[in-house]
Amino acid sequence: MLSTMKLPSHITEKKLKSLYKEMWLIRYFDEKVDQFFAKGMIHGTTHLCVGQEASASGSIGVLQAKDKIISTHRGHGHCIAKEGDVNKMMAELFGRVTGYCKGKGGSMHIADVEKGNLGANGIVGGGIPLAVGAALTSKMKNQGYVVLCFFGDGASNEGSFHEALNLAAIWDLPVVFICENNQYGMSGPVKEMTRIENIAERASAYGIPGKVVDGNDMIEIMNTVHEAVEKAREGNGPALIEMKTYRWKGHSKSDAKKYRTREEETEWRKKDGIKRFKDLLIEEKILSEEEANKLQEEAKKEIEEAVKFAENSPEPPLESLLEDVYA
Amino acid sequence: MTEIKIREITYLEAVREAMSQEMRQNEDVFILGEDIGVYGGAFGVTRGMIEEFGPERVRNTPISEAAIAGGAVGAALTGMRPILELQFSDFITIAMDQLVNQAAKTRYMFGGKGKVPMVVRTPAGSGTGAAAQHSQSLEAWMAHIPGLKVVQPSNAYDAKGLLKAAMDDDNPVIFYEHKLLYRTQCNVPEEQYSIPLGKADIKREGKDVTIVATAIMVHKTLEAATELEKEGIDVEIIDPRTIVPLDEEAIIESVKKTGRLIVVHEAVKRGGFGGEIASMIAESEAFDYLDSPIKRLGGLAVPIPYNPTLEKAVVPQVPDIIEAVKETVRFK
Repeated sequence: MLSTMKLPSHITEKKLKSLYKEMWLIRYFDEKVDQFFAKGMIHGTTHLCVGQEASASGSIGVLQAKDKIISTHRGHGHCIAKEGDVNKMMAELFGRVTGYCKGKGGSMHIADVEKGNLGANGIVGGGIPLAVGAALTSKMKNQGYVVLCFFGDGASNEGSFHEALNLAAIWDLPVVFICENNQYGMSGPVKEMTRIENIAERASAYGIPGKVVDGNDMIEIMNTVHEAVEKAREGNGPALIEMKTYRWKGHSKSDAKKYRTREEETEWRKKDGIKRFKDLLIEEKILSEEEANKLQEEAKKEIEEAVKFAENSPEPPLESLLEDVYA
Repeated sequence: MTEIKIREITYLEAVREAMSQEMRQNEDVFILGEDIGVYGGAFGVTRGMIEEFGPERVRNTPISEAAIAGGAVGAALTGMRPILELQFSDFITIAMDQLVNQAAKTRYMFGGKGKVPMVVRTPAGSGTGAAAQHSQSLEAWMAHIPGLKVVQPSNAYDAKGLLKAAMDDDNPVIFYEHKLLYRTQCNVPEEQYSIPLGKADIKREGKDVTIVATAIMVHKTLEAATELEKEGIDVEIIDPRTIVPLDEEAIIESVKKTGRLIVVHEAVKRGGFGGEIASMIAESEAFDYLDSPIKRLGGLAVPIPYNPTLEKAVVPQVPDIIEAVKETVRFK
């Protein structure tokens, strides 16, 4: 099923190609992490976004370099899309000193403040007020950046979501809230946890626009997020966009997925955002089959390199244990 | 030399003056909080500030403690220096995730990237008849969290200087203002000045017993000391002013001199910060100098009651302090 929408005119062909490769980077990164967990090579826990590549790449793909993002605990894709360095990311998951957080943060706390990635978050909904604060800075200092705030369907039932949307709305802040509705808050199906069909409907309670998009359709995502971001940039305040998508993997590594069926998983896999984007790019003659394969190969190689980088990186020295508690 | 102008102002005015002077100098500083605009704040601390600085920088918020605390964190992380007025320190419970999991941890968990220069100012303590949900002293909670700094000024002079230091600090600082101290006055210089965080003040020198007291208990302890002096007991009073960082050296040195220690705070004794000070001494070289057991005076383990007689009985009062000192000094 191809997108029914037109390719966005604000995005160059070069950018579309790089987004296609980026989606594979995200896919391969998390597939690799999945394998390493299974082998016990990475400890702790992690939350994989395999299947959700389009919402990360499509949303962040329309941002300017100065724009910022706030991520979730399922944030590897967001980080990569915000120009994240996969070497530093993999090293962080290996707990190495060369990682984004010097091995002290792990999967749930990767941030790249200089690049405008204000961090993943281990607290469901915890990052939403932070995005409002970052948007406040943009407005008060007239810096012209917009904040994209990612969170899941589960977080939309947290108080922080409601408080933050209200605050952003009354202050007309340049923040776009993106709910990645992957159908489950851990094991809780969204249908059992809310009485409404679409989380985006909650926008009306705060007097801001709310939109539902197919979260596996790159074109619809890019067009919708671009419009909301530019409106926010012009001072028209926030918006809420709900991406209907699906995580192919479990909630985290210990998840046996007893709460859902194989049939359901198969159905969603058919809607794979990467494949749909590829078919479209080929149909529009932006990519040839060969080029597409080449980009995919490149992505795979980069992830292999990241693994080597991580494996060859040193452990953090014990002396660093107490550093950075205070600035 | 320029003449330093000193006049008597209230604790409340000192806090306001510290903020106003800072805001005139630094565009990045702004205040946000509930009813801080035209209303001037529940205790009047920000009165008149919206007229001078406007609604952008004296930012009235909805009643949304989690969002405004998190908003302050996000603003601080992106280059502002917010001051958050949390209307009552009890409401810190509603902002807990943002202060404990976000503000305090951001720098460390990001591997040293980013900083969170914000101050949370909040009225604490009992004595106003506001009962259980508007009267608590929860500073030990905040002191327990690595990454937060905790300040408890006991007079107007300290309040002004410590608030300047808190605003200059690149870390989240929780600044507890005792409600009953707001109207107290003392000499305060008009100029800006800073009192470093982590520097205790010896409020009274003495040789018989060291009392470490915080916030309003400093005043009650001073009163007790005046009474005890008549009986020939000479009390030394140390006000740590900031419990994170804590001036351990000043307390240790004092205990080595007097050989006796009493800690007095309003917060519930059980799990309170007094236990930390007592343990710190027990673990230090000052332990060998002790001539009597360490004593802690703190609030009873009950919510603060409404009835004025009961409310007073919950937290240490001057006679309690006098009695504790006599017992300590009598111990052979």
